[in-house]
Amino acid sequence: MTIGTEAFRGALDAITRVRGVRGALVVTRDDGLIVADTLMEDVRGNAVAALTASLFSRVGLATGEAGAGRAQFVHLQAEGGLVLALAVNEELLVVALAEAGANVGLIRLEMLRAGEVVR
Amino acid sequence: MSRTVAVQPWTAAPLEHFISEAGARLALLMTPAGQVFAQHGFTRAVDVMSAAALGAAIVSSTGEIARMLSEPRFAELGHQGRGYGVFLAAFDTPLDSLVLLAIYGRESSLGLVKLFYEEFVEEIVEVCPEPEPRTQVLAADFERDLNASLAALFET
Repeated sequence: MTIGTEAFRGALDAITRVRGVRGALVVTRDDGLIVADTLMEDVRGNAVAALTASLFSRVGLATGEAGAGRAQFVHLQAEGGLVLALAVNEELLVVALAEAGANVGLIRLEMLRAGEVVR
Repeated sequence: MSRTVAVQPWTAAPLEHFISEAGARLALLMTPAGQVFAQHGFTRAVDVMSAAALGAAIVSSTGEIARMLSEPRFAELGHQGRGYGVFLAAFDTPLDSLVLLAIYGRESSLGLVKLFYEEFVEEIVEVCPEPEPRTQVLAADFERDLNASLAALFET
């Protein structure tokens, strides 16, 4: 069965319903391009997609060199918020952006559920 | 060591910024006719000439396809290979339409190149000089300009 972009967006909607989440995206790992997104208006989705995919790739190199295997989940805590990225498969990432005080556990749970849909 | 060389000096800083941010390995900024304004990473004049000619031909071909479809010019073209990707895009400036050809490896991505291409266009448009009145182009002038450009690009 082929999953359409609408199904991806539905999965992302569940992430963005968590309090404090500013957006969620499905991103291609190699290209850093957006497959589907639900974002607040002030978020530059293409920039987030490209830079997060690049970050994930580099973190994967670091975890590999550290003997920890391939990166599966990246949690980046910044001054004003969070960037979370989950590897769904060899091709796609689910990315979530959230405010600093957001419930990371709940967001992660919804990202995993979205990953099941996307996969 | 690869570096950026510009025939048109105002193009150097934006191209260097693009290269450093996008992680492209090779880049060529030129007119749709293939006149090179700046290059990064090429070490031989013949490679620049070939890339410029091929890039200009692709822009021309896709432009014609767009015309047949009653579309405005295609904005960007990406072609991903196993180890390298090619990004080709034409954009308008007050001076002329320009074309950026960028080759990137696996350390970069199409998304990064597209992202920093947008910034590159903004920077180029900002520093672009006012156009000069057009004069008739003679074959002798064209050859002289071409040789001067290649000499500037490779400091021969």
